[in-house]
Amino acid sequence: MFGFGTTNSLTMDKPHPESLLDSAVQGSIGRPFDRIDGPSKVSGTATYAAEYPVDNLAYGFLVGARIGAGTLISIDADAVRSMPGVIDVVTDLDRFIRVAGQGGETQPPTQGVRDIAFMGEIVAIVVAESYEAARDAALRLPVTYEAGEGAYAFAAARAKSYVPPDGVTPAHFNQGDVDAAMAEAPVTIDATYVTPSQNSAAMEPHASIAVWEDDGSLTLYGAYQMPSTDASQLAKCLGLSAKKVRIVSRYIGGGFGSKLGIAPESVAAAIAAKQIGRPVKAVMARQQVFEATVRRSNTEQRVRLAATRDGKLTAIGQESLVSNQPGEDFFEPVGIGTHMIYSGENRLITHDQVPLNLVLSGSMRAPGEAVGMIGLECAMDELAERLGMDPIVLRKTNDASVDPEKGVPFSSRSLSRALDEGARRFGWARRAGPGEARDGEWLIGMGVASAVRGNMLMESSAKVELRPDGTATISSSMTDIGTGSYTILAQIASEILGLPVDRITVALGDTNDPPAAGSGGSWGAGSAGSAVYLACEMLRGKLAKAMRVEDSALTLKDGMAIGNNRSSPIGEIVGDGLEAIGHIKPGKQEKATTQASFGAHFAEVGVNRVTGEVRVRRMLGVFAAGRVLNAKTARSQCLGGMTFGIGAALTEELLHDPRNGKLVNRDLAEYHVPVNADVPQLEVHFLSERDVHANPIHAKGIGELGISGAAAAIANAIYNACKVRVRSFPVTLDKLLPGLPDL
Amino acid sequence: MKSFAYERAETPEAAVRDIDGATARFIAGGTNLLDLMKLQVETPTKLVDISRLDLASIDRRDDGGLTIGALVPNSDLAADPQVIAGYEVLSRALLAGASGQLRNKASTGGNLLQRTRCYYFYDTASRCNKRSPGSGCDAIGGVNRILAVLGTSPHCIATHPSDMAVAMRALDATILTLKPDGDRRRISIHALYRLPGDTPHIETVLEPGELITHVELPKPVAGRQVYRKVRDRASYAFALVSVAAIVAVEEGRIASASLAFGGLGPMPWRNAAVEAALVGQAPSADAFAAAADALVADARGYGANDFKIPLARRTLIATLRDLTGA
Repeated sequence: MFGFGTTNSLTMDKPHPESLLDSAVQGSIGRPFDRIDGPSKVSGTATYAAEYPVDNLAYGFLVGARIGAGTLISIDADAVRSMPGVIDVVTDLDRFIRVAGQGGETQPPTQGVRDIAFMGEIVAIVVAESYEAARDAALRLPVTYEAGEGAYAFAAARAKSYVPPDGVTPAHFNQGDVDAAMAEAPVTIDATYVTPSQNSAAMEPHASIAVWEDDGSLTLYGAYQMPSTDASQLAKCLGLSAKKVRIVSRYIGGGFGSKLGIAPESVAAAIAAKQIGRPVKAVMARQQVFEATVRRSNTEQRVRLAATRDGKLTAIGQESLVSNQPGEDFFEPVGIGTHMIYSGENRLITHDQVPLNLVLSGSMRAPGEAVGMIGLECAMDELAERLGMDPIVLRKTNDASVDPEKGVPFSSRSLSRALDEGARRFGWARRAGPGEARDGEWLIGMGVASAVRGNMLMESSAKVELRPDGTATISSSMTDIGTGSYTILAQIASEILGLPVDRITVALGDTNDPPAAGSGGSWGAGSAGSAVYLACEMLRGKLAKAMRVEDSALTLKDGMAIGNNRSSPIGEIVGDGLEAIGHIKPGKQEKATTQASFGAHFAEVGVNRVTGEVRVRRMLGVFAAGRVLNAKTARSQCLGGMTFGIGAALTEELLHDPRNGKLVNRDLAEYHVPVNADVPQLEVHFLSERDVHANPIHAKGIGELGISGAAAAIANAIYNACKVRVRSFPVTLDKLLPGLPDL
Repeated sequence: MKSFAYERAETPEAAVRDIDGATARFIAGGTNLLDLMKLQVETPTKLVDISRLDLASIDRRDDGGLTIGALVPNSDLAADPQVIAGYEVLSRALLAGASGQLRNKASTGGNLLQRTRCYYFYDTASRCNKRSPGSGCDAIGGVNRILAVLGTSPHCIATHPSDMAVAMRALDATILTLKPDGDRRRISIHALYRLPGDTPHIETVLEPGELITHVELPKPVAGRQVYRKVRDRASYAFALVSVAAIVAVEEGRIASASLAFGGLGPMPWRNAAVEAALVGQAPSADAFAAAADALVADARGYGANDFKIPLARRTLIATLRDLTGA
């Protein structure tokens, strides 16, 4: 997969203390450049998956099962086939996928839709000459089922929980003896926190256009975060070799994990296109995005903390129940951040899976930390109160100097610095005691929480070409899911090659280009960015050779190569053009250090003492994530994460009918993501940091750091405001009302 | 979406003549109807587009009241200086509803007739007596946190979602209509809506094909006005509880009170007993509590929505405090 000629390859076995991004002088890196893809997006010319102009296109509408569990008996295609505009009703009970693929998997997701495992499972696609004709026929298609027994209610199914196979974090981890430490400790917390199922609710619905080429290969225009592995998933679903599948995913209208793996519309569109001999477009209706793609699992977390009287943790326990469909291995890695955030000798971090007949659970923005840090950081707040200690002091007291489980150093870690800087900027010293601050009808409170998100490096490559006209092109199957990948990759090349950003073209999201890990897990910038770095490093060496100077004596700036007392336009020393491929992969540094981004969230909320309504008044996030490549897109990532935190704290919850698993709030009117009026002034501050163990660009992941802990800071502020501790999320007003004072 | 015929009406008379009320629908802003058609909850055979009719003006009558054309967009109505000056509760209610984009499109007449947001109404695979008479009600025993606690029946516990209509009820609005036979009639808003009983699919007294042409407001009344809406997020969320209130205090006594409620029942709710508990009383915690008790006297929760009962009490009491300064 990664064999190339002019390739500069690096395995991160050793630290990489020197970075060209520090020695180069173009001045592009870190600057708050506007997105280079911005104008095409706001002018509507950026092609999202459903927008590629394809000749002879037919329109598909998916058909979802309307029972919660059982067996599909029949599909009466003849009943709708003669409707005006209808071309065909297509299904393949063996090859249609029951669930979406998980991120990074090269094996296909569970196939076969004879068995109905949840309401909404895609069992057929109706293809017509227009979207409306297809939708009409799909809604009228008679499908019969034999109903079976399903498990829909978490509370009732919890007795069937089991230990799932290890995932990105161990299912069960035990160090020392938490029970004994709890028994001995003078101060303890033992509390259970509940978080609901959530949906990524990306603006762009899942969509695919499937086009079969004359040579039997498939081109799929899709909205996918990881095209390289997604092509592999799709090929195996269809019985093709991976080389026969090309995925094009140039622009993605938000993914947040829901588009990491292929979703059912891709396989349905491909099979339908083959059957009718025409390209087929399948766009999921919003209700289907909710019902048939992926959810973040609900969680029930028992958190136990034991501490000495001066606040030193002696035990941390986080025992979680999560859920997924029967037979699906992925579990929400609730405790993944808990492993590394605080010191404490005795540790028990477990995950048990409850099988439920609901849509697949999988990755949603910061899988693990997004929910796990709610339980842990609310418990820390409760512990601080019990200790009579400031919650920031408690956190700093337990800031780990080395990985508390592996004993290895952190690659970089600025937790205490973030807490201190945040306290100063936020005015933490003005925080009143619980229930003591008031502004008219509103009870005012402040809360804090730590943030942590593991850093990952994923094998990735990118090609950079330098042309005689002094421009450069970057190409990679990396994606931009709205994060700013296009822009930061251009900035990296600009910095190293000494070219203004507007002379650099970036082409992403096509599996015909060098493979990359795509976007997910906040690894995109560090991984694809390093690949671009390495390609540019090689090109720089070639330019030095052309200038007959040592690499170190070459300066590249504003399109000029300068060295040996002369200067030349870069375009004039590249001959017919130069190209290089950069290739990065993780190495021994991954185990030699523990790598994560850290930060701190501060929230001020008002709780209405009459109604229990909660409104966030202001928030501050202080983050340290290594080098910031673009101050604007990095800040935007954090704003988005903090906004997710507001949703997790206050509004977002998938509601399933416990009688049949029906997801009742399956649109954006009733699944409440925060709207503008819910999001107050958010302030983001980055601490200066470099991470030489992470990668040659010294950057760590940002996209998911902003959500980690954000909801906990809000919940802690709610307690500080009104002295009511709600441990069931989201904290809606009905949960606060019983604790509020009489009028 | 099921195929349908489309006609654009040039006059109200033509609109009602062209419609077969049983299977056709008028369309103005379409902010609710089109969503329902996409889901095939509504499957009209024909749409009669009334959006170009000359019914978009707001006129002052000689008696001091306002006549509002049925096609006045919610945004325009909320921003009208006469509405702001004399009917503040209406302006506030409108601005508390939906989103800016929806308010630009939604019409006055359509807002009165918008359908419930009950989850089960929106899914043709669920049982719903309102959508499919006689099929049953999945909301009872299902997920019902947002549903009604007043005026429900064993057949339906849906709420009416409008904010505007709640204010209209507090303002004693009158609905003017044109019937297919050419007759015009005036319907008090208090008589417009029907309780679900065993026919929850029949929501108003309007006859098939009857077109709302105007809404009349009486001349402005004395008193302070407020619309208070309690909801799960700060915008673009339906009311859990809302109160439209007009209260006048004279010489230390409540001289008049007009109170209507959203989020609680199958129609914008008004209960004379609530007002009777206040009128003639000095503003006081006891008087407010008595009014609140009257409001929820017949309330019944269905589990997840039980909280609406204490929430309604608290919201009403706080609103009365605000308005009277007590």
